[in-house]
Amino acid sequence: MRITQGTFSYLPDLTDDEISAQIAYALEHGWPCSVEFTDDPHPRNDYWEMWGLPMFDMADPAAVLYEINECRRAYPNLYIRLNAYDASYGRQTTALSFIVQRPAEEPGFRLDREETSDRRVRVRMHPYALDRPQGERYAGNGHAETP
Amino acid sequence: MSERSGFGMRPSGNGSHESSADGSPASPSAEADAGEPLRPLDPDARIDLASERRESQADEVLDGLEADLVGLAPVKTRIREIAALLLVDRMRSRFGIVSGRPSLHMCFTGSPGTGKTTVAVRLAELLHRLGYIRKGHLVSVTRDDLVGQYVGHTAPKTKEVLKRAMGGVLFIDEAYYLYRAENERDYGQESIEILLQVMENQRDDLVVVLAGYKDRMDSFFASNPGMSSRIAHHIDFPDYTTGELEAIGHLMLEREGYTLDPGTVPVFRDYLERRRDQPRFANARSVRNAIERARLRHASRLLAAGGPVGRPELTTLKPDDFLASRVFTLRQ
Repeated sequence: MRITQGTFSYLPDLTDDEISAQIAYALEHGWPCSVEFTDDPHPRNDYWEMWGLPMFDMADPAAVLYEINECRRAYPNLYIRLNAYDASYGRQTTALSFIVQRPAEEPGFRLDREETSDRRVRVRMHPYALDRPQGERYAGNGHAETP
Repeated sequence: MSERSGFGMRPSGNGSHESSADGSPASPSAEADAGEPLRPLDPDARIDLASERRESQADEVLDGLEADLVGLAPVKTRIREIAALLLVDRMRSRFGIVSGRPSLHMCFTGSPGTGKTTVAVRLAELLHRLGYIRKGHLVSVTRDDLVGQYVGHTAPKTKEVLKRAMGGVLFIDEAYYLYRAENERDYGQESIEILLQVMENQRDDLVVVLAGYKDRMDSFFASNPGMSSRIAHHIDFPDYTTGELEAIGHLMLEREGYTLDPGTVPVFRDYLERRRDQPRFANARSVRNAIERARLRHASRLLAAGGPVGRPELTTLKPDDFLASRVFTLRQ
């Protein structure tokens, strides 16, 4: 099941040229970019790992794309996203955020029903990937490298 | 749905189409030729060189270089050659002739004050206009900006600088300080290795210019042969003659809104000749300093004299403003 999170998520995955164009758009507006990665695909997972610090003072998309590629090389089988922050509001505001890499195989989610008091049923979403310990979640599909 | 995807995606959609048709991802020529069809021209088509040249607006920069910088004939010639090459390469690519991107990493050697930094700024603008680099900014750094203070500090620091310079020109002043022969555990070596790697692998993204004094640069290259071979253009900045220094001085004075009294012109020339033989002579920079000091003396002379002053008094430098210099007393 293909995860849809962030901007452009209903489109086919962006090519590097398209990613470059988006970065150029962000830099034109003075939004610093940062790269993050995770192996927990849950939509409420706000805490992705940072790949280095946010990149300030960059003039050219090549610099940001370079970091994306470095991150891809280190974690070829995890989710990687690019964020652009708009600092003009005086607080950290994500202006643009989209996935630039996803695992080759995404097992998707199941719904767990839980009966609670008074015949109420609570439903929660459970990513199959979380059944395995961190670091091995996407290991079983061709790519041996793990974080 | 179609409307929605068209909404945010149009610019990027266009961009990908252009560069994929061009064959080279994110190539600047794709940007420059955005208005035209990217299909190669017929083999027997003709392109008007002159109009192409006008379109690139490279001549403005070249003429600016000619007008604003006195002397430096070998430097100007080389930069003209580079501009011609890039222009011709651009037209070759219009015919679909694939040629490798020329390597434009450079080394500027010369005495202090011969205009290395000034030329680098102009070069960045020129390369940008000719579509070789995407942004045309100059990032000027020294050893301090590249080399860290403890283990593991250097690589991120160097990479940070390199990323900031991408799309433009990285100017490393006094590059020989990167390598300290006397200390083999110096972190400068690590910085050089990263630099070499990026110079080789990301030639499309930035141009590296190393600058420094001739003799020390030579010994730097002798101990880093890899660096020397990756730099295609070694440009030597000659020292200025007295006549050229005088012309530079007049140019500076004009820009600052001063004129020389007719009697001051020979004094100024005499000053420059004497100053040349002094130690620590730094060409144009020494001329600038001399003018700064003359301005100080001019101002205090006016204040000491008192009385009403007009525009001529405020803008004219008298022989005394230069004759008071230490240079004249040292000789006697």
